[in-house]
Amino acid sequence: MSSAFDYHRAASVDDAVAQLGRHGDAKLLAGGHSLIPSMKLRLASPGALIDIGHLGELNYVREQDGTVAIGAATTHHTIASSDLVAGQAPLLAQAAAVIGDVQVRNVGTIGGSLAHADPAADYPAAVLAAEAQIVARGPGGERVIDASDFFVDLFLTSLQADEIITEIRVPAAAAGSGACYLKFPHPASRFAVVGCAAVVATSGGTCSDVRVAFTGVANAAFRDGAVEAALSGGPASADAIAAAAAVAAQDAEVLSDAFAGAEYRRHLATVYAAKALSGAAGV
Amino acid sequence: MANYIGQAVKRVEDRRFLTGKARYTDDIKLPGMTHAAIVRSPHAHATIDSVDTSAALAAPGVVAAYVGQDLEAAGVGGLPCGWQVDFKNGDTMKEPPHPVLAVGKVRHVGDPVAIVIAETRDQARDAAELVAVDYGVLPAAVDMVAATGDGAPLVHDDVSRNVPFDWGLGDEEATEAALAGAAHVTTLEITNQRLVTNAIEPRCAIGDYDAARDHHTLYTSSQNPHVIRLLLTAFVLGLPEHKVRVVSPDVGGGFGSKIFHYAEEVLATWCSRQIGRPVKWTAERSESFVSDAQGRDHVTTAKLGLDADGRFVGLRVSTHANMGAYLSTFSTCVPTYLYGTLLQGLYTTPAIYVDVTAVFTNTVPVDALRGAGRPEATYLLERLVDTAAHELGIDPAELRSRNFIPPFDGVEQPGYQTQVALQYDSGNYQGTLDRALEMVGYEDFRREQAAARAEGRYLGIGFSTYIEACGIAPSAVVGSLGARAGLFESAIVRVQPTGKVSVFVGSHTHGQGHETTFAQVVADHLGIPMEDVDIIHGDTDQVPFGMGTYGSRSLAVGGSAIVRSLEKVKEKGAKIAAHLLEAAEEDLEYAGGKWTVRGTDQSVGFGDVALTAYVPHNYPEGLEPGLDFTSFYDPANFTFPFGAHLCIVEVCGDTGRVTLKRFVAVDDVGNVVNPQIVDGQVHGGVCHGIGQALLEGAIYDADGQLVNGSYMDYAMPRADDLPAFELDRTVTPCPHNALGVKGAGEAGTIGATPAVVNAAVDALWHLGVRDLPMPLTPQNVWQAIQQATS
Repeated sequence: MSSAFDYHRAASVDDAVAQLGRHGDAKLLAGGHSLIPSMKLRLASPGALIDIGHLGELNYVREQDGTVAIGAATTHHTIASSDLVAGQAPLLAQAAAVIGDVQVRNVGTIGGSLAHADPAADYPAAVLAAEAQIVARGPGGERVIDASDFFVDLFLTSLQADEIITEIRVPAAAAGSGACYLKFPHPASRFAVVGCAAVVATSGGTCSDVRVAFTGVANAAFRDGAVEAALSGGPASADAIAAAAAVAAQDAEVLSDAFAGAEYRRHLATVYAAKALSGAAGV
Repeated sequence: MANYIGQAVKRVEDRRFLTGKARYTDDIKLPGMTHAAIVRSPHAHATIDSVDTSAALAAPGVVAAYVGQDLEAAGVGGLPCGWQVDFKNGDTMKEPPHPVLAVGKVRHVGDPVAIVIAETRDQARDAAELVAVDYGVLPAAVDMVAATGDGAPLVHDDVSRNVPFDWGLGDEEATEAALAGAAHVTTLEITNQRLVTNAIEPRCAIGDYDAARDHHTLYTSSQNPHVIRLLLTAFVLGLPEHKVRVVSPDVGGGFGSKIFHYAEEVLATWCSRQIGRPVKWTAERSESFVSDAQGRDHVTTAKLGLDADGRFVGLRVSTHANMGAYLSTFSTCVPTYLYGTLLQGLYTTPAIYVDVTAVFTNTVPVDALRGAGRPEATYLLERLVDTAAHELGIDPAELRSRNFIPPFDGVEQPGYQTQVALQYDSGNYQGTLDRALEMVGYEDFRREQAAARAEGRYLGIGFSTYIEACGIAPSAVVGSLGARAGLFESAIVRVQPTGKVSVFVGSHTHGQGHETTFAQVVADHLGIPMEDVDIIHGDTDQVPFGMGTYGSRSLAVGGSAIVRSLEKVKEKGAKIAAHLLEAAEEDLEYAGGKWTVRGTDQSVGFGDVALTAYVPHNYPEGLEPGLDFTSFYDPANFTFPFGAHLCIVEVCGDTGRVTLKRFVAVDDVGNVVNPQIVDGQVHGGVCHGIGQALLEGAIYDADGQLVNGSYMDYAMPRADDLPAFELDRTVTPCPHNALGVKGAGEAGTIGATPAVVNAAVDALWHLGVRDLPMPLTPQNVWQAIQQATS
């Protein structure tokens, strides 16, 4: 049971921004699938909730200037079942499809998940490897944050306290490029113990534009430049992928817990890098 | 007579469960009811230097707050332990007080320190956060083996080395000699990890004191309301038993954790009297993790000696059993009489000795959990047998066959006297194994395994041929072993004037389907439709007495009490029928719901006899009116279900993940009343056993904090973790109860766990893996592969 709080139903994004400014200890409520459990455990006790989950202006998936634009309050289920996302932003579709369970996917939202920045959430790896952008609106107006600048640390992003994520922009997948997100789920939470998102363009049997991002491995999701460099320009072969995957997470400060210690987690990162790269390269 | 017995009758209780109409304790709302929140220790071990409730008392809606000293001053006693197990040398078991609210010291995270009562649950919870407790944190005893060592922190100051009792069973000298002379000795160091029981309904208690009648009612989510009333009145609160009613309405699963008498039951009852209003407490899930008694938690060294022909010659077992911080209600019998007595297994091992050291630690108390002692015994025994088979290069099925006790029915052939105190009732152990081997296609599997291995894939098969002792228990036997209660059961069969039948049973159903199974038994015995039978349970004001439901005892013991009353009904009914038919009683036969004069078409129906019993105008002279009988049944012996579980797994060498491919279970639970309900019990039990093998395990850190106390971290088995189970049964009736039934609620849990682990070890044996620690998390398995292959 949470402690008492005020509830405000925002009339619009601008109203929500204004409300955030008025209440010092307010939290935004969209799907609530991270916030409400924290409140029930009294790990979070916000004085006010500002509900933006119902705002139509935050709930859409559309093609927009060569990107797939996804409203922040769009549910995981909508993203997982969108043909547009599946075709043009496949990493997002694949990640959305393996979040939690059906109930969670029907209610949880992409903006909420990204803002929460759980180190084991699925989307962060996907938006990093997809080189997506996160659009945020605050009292000073709108700004666009590259995914690579967004995740700072455990549950910490570069969002300001009075900013709201409004949209996620994902560059449309290039022709000849494949993408794959796979995770090793925790048996209890089904969060990613290790999740790997990979993009590989292949041409004439050679890999280019290799992008690899991990979630679950460190305090924040990250791109793994060493793996990318090891495979770029190399052959799209199982051996080359295995060799590239072997250097996964070598510079990361790897998380360690009772279920997966650092050594095992780093090993899983190599296994999942290989799986995701193979999936992306069609090898 | 069997219109119903043996039929897969749909469960009559499911309509209310599936339509949300069940009535659990938390659904009960009484006029003027208040709500309680409990302040619990955040430390595993600390002195309580002060408790200040003044801020809580001043908070909105707060009615009252109490601390340990308040209960102590009012003469409230501690929570009792129900089974005394004395030291091997004869010294009395050390039984330190288990106060309802901690006084002076807290001994585990979750130990209750204060209670706050308010108008609403939210207010109580908010105010509980305002109770200021000054703790003086002490080093905690967490590791049970280390806790018995020099200089370890003492959980209770007057229990030296943290050992409340030790215990031994069997012939130590003969066993040591047998091992010394054995051609081969298989040794395993086995940890049977601690489990959190996790019934889906959190515990709940409502105290309701009626000053006008000076009468208490306690509603509680319990598996045995009469036992709770007895312990609450006679041992803790000193109330007159006839002034206390305990009601356990629908209960959402127990699995053992709702057998025990808990502090919150005392608090709700006592506080209601103090404030003159009903008091409700319902656990939050986080509270359940640190306040429900937990299960298992043994560390064992086991040695199995074999002769040159692969026959078992001796078994030596030495176990540390973690009790947690206090002796919970039945905690002491679990690692002793429910454990050591099962070490014969299905085998003719001629010499067995087990010693057990019970240990206090600064952790949540440990008590019975589905199987209770028997899974621990079966796990180590079946791990030993599969390991011995691998070490000796003997097929595990063949090794078992060489050592099985030959078939015996307990009628023509006598029961089997074990080396560890029990006498098995009846069994045909080879029969279940043969059927399981046939179902699994054993030889084909071994070929498939070899082919997979050649491709670098790791398939394995694990065996578990288990026995359990259930249908507990003959009162005199358990009394001689230290039980402080009898273990009989009672039943009233009350035939109403219209011939409808109300049956009041001391057993309690919380998922077992008694309302269906018992009604099938009653309807068949009386030859009436099931719809004419109602089963009433869970209320001490309605049922004469009952020891409740656990130890797979309800049908074998409670069902037998029902049958006794049914026989009395039919006996008296025959007198009435004979009078109405103007025939001699001995000329009557009862079938199809009527008494018939043998060889004639003259008959009188059950309903007419019932009506006559209550409208005795034309009635046998001297016979009392009414048709209503109470019986108490004390079993002659335990019952001994058994079976063979085979599991096939694939282990991923890259990740260490173990995937279940197949699970074959052939169980023998004696006669079966409702095969669908038995299948359901086996499914649930196997799932529970697989949960322990693969997923579950309470993790305490060095400070005594439960690291995985939520469903984000503590993994319970889910449908997608499991294969479709392949089930069959053999039937070897119990020779000593009228129904010939043995019990099915725990069998799956007891059998399944070693089958899974044996399968994973079998998959990896060729790599050099010899043992795997439970749960078989991917990391545990991966590390074992690394160690074996590096």
